[in-house]
Amino acid sequence: MVIAALVENKPGVLHSVSNMFRRRGFNIESITVGHTEQKGLTRMTITVSGDEKTLEQIAKQMNKLIDVVKVNQLEPESIVTRELALVKVNVPDIKSRSDIINCVEVFRGRVVDVSTESLMVEITGTPDKIDAFLNLMKTYGIAELARTGLTALSRGVKSLKVDE
Amino acid sequence: MTATKMSGADALLESFERQGVKEVFGLLGGAILPVYDALCHHPKIRHILVRHEQGAAHAADGYARASGRPGVCFATSGPGATNLVTGIANAYMDSSPVIALTGQVPSSGVNTSYMIGRDSFQEADIIGITTPITKYNHQLRTVAEIPQAVSQAFYVASTGRPGPVLIDFPKNIQAEVAAVEWTEHIDIRGYNPTTNPHPLQIRKAVELLAEAERPVLLAGGGVISANASDELLTIAELLLAPVATTFMGKGSFPEIHPLSLGTIGMHGNPLANKMILEADVLLAVGMRFGDRATGNTDTFCPSAKKIHIDIDAAEIGKNIEVDVPIVADAKKALSSIYERLIHQVKKNPESVWQTRIKDVRNQLNPSEQNEPKEFKPKTILQTLRKILPESTIVTTEVGQNQMWSALYFKALRPRTFISSGGLGTMGFGFPASIGAKVACPDRPVVDIAGDGSFIMTEQELACSVTEDIPVTVIVLNNSMLGMVAQWQRMFYKKRYMATKLGTSPDMVKLAEAYGAQGLRARSIPEFQKAVSEALKSKVTTVIDVPIGSEEDVVPMVPPGCGLGQQVGDY
Repeated sequence: MVIAALVENKPGVLHSVSNMFRRRGFNIESITVGHTEQKGLTRMTITVSGDEKTLEQIAKQMNKLIDVVKVNQLEPESIVTRELALVKVNVPDIKSRSDIINCVEVFRGRVVDVSTESLMVEITGTPDKIDAFLNLMKTYGIAELARTGLTALSRGVKSLKVDE
Repeated sequence: MTATKMSGADALLESFERQGVKEVFGLLGGAILPVYDALCHHPKIRHILVRHEQGAAHAADGYARASGRPGVCFATSGPGATNLVTGIANAYMDSSPVIALTGQVPSSGVNTSYMIGRDSFQEADIIGITTPITKYNHQLRTVAEIPQAVSQAFYVASTGRPGPVLIDFPKNIQAEVAAVEWTEHIDIRGYNPTTNPHPLQIRKAVELLAEAERPVLLAGGGVISANASDELLTIAELLLAPVATTFMGKGSFPEIHPLSLGTIGMHGNPLANKMILEADVLLAVGMRFGDRATGNTDTFCPSAKKIHIDIDAAEIGKNIEVDVPIVADAKKALSSIYERLIHQVKKNPESVWQTRIKDVRNQLNPSEQNEPKEFKPKTILQTLRKILPESTIVTTEVGQNQMWSALYFKALRPRTFISSGGLGTMGFGFPASIGAKVACPDRPVVDIAGDGSFIMTEQELACSVTEDIPVTVIVLNNSMLGMVAQWQRMFYKKRYMATKLGTSPDMVKLAEAYGAQGLRARSIPEFQKAVSEALKSKVTTVIDVPIGSEEDVVPMVPPGCGLGQQVGDY
């Protein structure tokens, strides 16, 4: 499940949010944080696991934090989710290099760095798609991996905004 | 708005004055010296010097609970600030509006080795440390932001569900002189407590209550902090519904009222624990279904329809599923319910429910003896109630003294029974009594203590004597850490590991060493005499009351059991 929150862009806000999760025993699977189109507001997208009741408590406890301005539980069926991964894949031989590049094209990724022994690939998509790509790359060997964690927006006109 | 040039320390103290602060409890140190120096020319603020910062935080807490206004404590950076932590955590658990001001090492300056983030001398990350135990905390970065930051701190601490707010004040900002503009403007877009109840929920609650055959009201500390006792009483009398309270709700409803059941919980009154389980509709107000109140939640009022009023939305459904949630200020919600309910209810003093309550009361709550012979905690506390004027503010320590007080000392008015319910902080009661006395100097203040708890903050005798804040401390002295010893007796086959305290110190001599009055009472008449003497005394009095070392607090609901499984007689 995905929770999106608008928070004040102030020092210590990420700490107070993550601290609340830790202290109440809620589990964060991923968290992404960045500026928004609204001045002074940062958006946090948090992927969590738990039943309906846990999610409701998480949202309520987040809302209690003074620097958290707005919290929404995003409905999985009405959102677009994306994650970005940078993967450094080993290239054992020339044939592997072209196989990997073919794979990258199928997944609509991009090769962003090339060296004699490795390729760096940029890939975006749902976490499932990235998992699938990584699974294929395991045959060649993954030298290094960085994933951003999931970010999400609701489809259509519905949006997370603070009334001015 | 006009801008005035002044130091950060002056700006802060003037902001406090504008909030109506007249007393602060504190203990200074290097990193808060500019603020203390500025206190010299702010004579409207009385500074009360404690002997340990924990005492300052508890005193501010006691002040807040007795008066309903935020209590303020000051400490220096590092160890001064960390010594406040227990008191802040205590205020957070019991939703008490405490403002803590801590000095901090400079945020910038000439000597760059003595700065925030360099592990400087007496530096502690008090913002990080207190994040989970404050409602809000903030480190000042500029002089200009001080007026608004202080207004917002008091606003956050005292509105919604009250709680402690900490302001961390770097030393260079205290000393810096800059233009300051006064503003009452509060702009916190992430903080809008819901105070007005939803009309639909009120209607549902009224329907349930109007149809109820066996209604029970359950009041928590929120009724006291919302000043909603009158509203609670009118509904209770309208419905002829018996009223139980949580431990924190003690005082929200007069415990000598014919509809009072006493407190529920682990050491609740058996009458309250029994009747609440028989309810068909439970109206719970300003409480959080804490584990010490509900016992095992699986067996807590399973068949009752539950209406839950609380100002904190996160409390609804946290521990117990409810049928009608009402997020609102207790006073507003109760008045809304009353306004609708009054047209729908007819009193029936002869109902089956009224008869049932009467019968159970006669069976479980025997009437008090007039001239008790036995010198036991029960008779001591019942005697104390008879001696103390109704206006007396009582604080307690934590442990057996506290639970005996819950059972046998009847609270008659809101804000007259002050105790550490949530955190269970030994050592709370005495400094809290000092705070309460400062808030209400014309009323008697009594700390019901145990020897184990009192010793933890006993050094504040020096504060109470030198600052001329006379209170009475009644030490129920069993030479044991009594409550833990009781658990060892019940659940660890009497293996008294580390619970025997012995007879040191002599409480009478201890009091005298501080310049306080020390008395000892070994019988009911001696006790009556000692308390009367203490009430007349111009100086703090400690009454040592030796009691048996293996006295149990019963009745008791064993841990993990439901309220119906209470053992022992009242």
